[in-house]
Amino acid sequence: MSTPIDYLLHLADNAVVLGQRNAEWCGHGPILEEDMALANVSLDLIGQARLLYQRAAELMGGDASEDKLAYFRGPHEFRNYTLLELPHHGALVGYAAADRDYATTIVRNFLYSALMVHVWDGLQQSADASLAAIAAKSLKETSYHLHHSRDWLVRMGDGTEESHARAQAAVNHLMPYTEEFWTTSPAEGAAVAAKVAIDVWALRPAWDALVNDALEQATLTRPNFHGYVTEGKIGLHSEHLSYLLGEMQGLARAHPGATW
Amino acid sequence: MSSVVDKVWAALEPLTDPEIPVVTLRELGILREVRETPAGIEVVITPTYSGCPAMGQIEDDVRASLAQAGIEARVITQLAPAWTTDWMSDEAKEKLRAYGIAPPHQTRKDVSVVKFMRRPVEQAVACPQCGSTHTVVTSEFGSTACKALYKCLDCQEPFDYFKPY
Repeated sequence: MSTPIDYLLHLADNAVVLGQRNAEWCGHGPILEEDMALANVSLDLIGQARLLYQRAAELMGGDASEDKLAYFRGPHEFRNYTLLELPHHGALVGYAAADRDYATTIVRNFLYSALMVHVWDGLQQSADASLAAIAAKSLKETSYHLHHSRDWLVRMGDGTEESHARAQAAVNHLMPYTEEFWTTSPAEGAAVAAKVAIDVWALRPAWDALVNDALEQATLTRPNFHGYVTEGKIGLHSEHLSYLLGEMQGLARAHPGATW
Repeated sequence: MSSVVDKVWAALEPLTDPEIPVVTLRELGILREVRETPAGIEVVITPTYSGCPAMGQIEDDVRASLAQAGIEARVITQLAPAWTTDWMSDEAKEKLRAYGIAPPHQTRKDVSVVKFMRRPVEQAVACPQCGSTHTVVTSEFGSTACKALYKCLDCQEPFDYFKPY
């Protein structure tokens, strides 16, 4: 594939995978308001993914379509950050059925939205006019996602002993996965060269400042980490993505072309 | 404006938002433009939130109204410039308030993304029931993505606030 299709798919896969993950809370939220909030965040993310898949399909031509891109690609073809496919709990094997942990959900949404407000802001100047238009919309939505997750991060971190411990455990578990933000995949490098994408590395100081400020207010500690950097965005995923896609793609594959 | 363009506007004027039936698509700024091109009449609509489930319904409603009026026109979805609640007419905002939804404040042009370190201090939202500004946010996301859930501390009524977008 070519520029900027691979890059559009990276952005779209990020949105659809996190949207699908967060939608697991629908009907199971810790409180009614949060159940609705997470469902609404998922709607935004899946809506962003649709626009990005539509743009990618348009550039691909032929019989490419948003549905084919979302439902008929395998896990190794997905280009999302590994962070976004992880289940809503600490490190366990893919088939483990652990209770969902809301601190994990909130910390992930915070870390990702804190990046994406800056990414969407920069992409408003993308050489791809369609992507620039999608970015302008997504920025507005993502700033609400950031407010929501940041509020809860502070409330949990600076809350009870239990909520603090869970928020800290979630930060310790998820922070290493954010290292993937700062490596450059071939798709990103090509898109940056074509002025379609922005160099994410340049956003790191702003992201660090935003994250450190929130963690400090939440009385949480940022772990030091040096180790394996995940590579979901080049298609090397954790075992969790296959389970997520199995659920998301099952219906479309069992009944191709079905409508209702 | 040509008579056919006027006719299209007139045919689409009764269409309201599926979720908020007191305001029209024109007043919300979703129905952007009707234009005559060499290829025929084009109706331009702008989506609100990326994932708004009402958008499909809105597009269907526009097509159905055009068909009913016997008008052949293409419906074009245009993303840029991105829809903003600032396009809502004052008339629409007043209708929202009367319906029980606090209308959106102007978006904050001064709050750039780099200042997102802390949540910007927001203007007080007036209760659509009693007018009091003694209100608190209950949840950032209400019954739909475009609304936040608020509570009035004076009349104790919960209410929706249409968020600036």
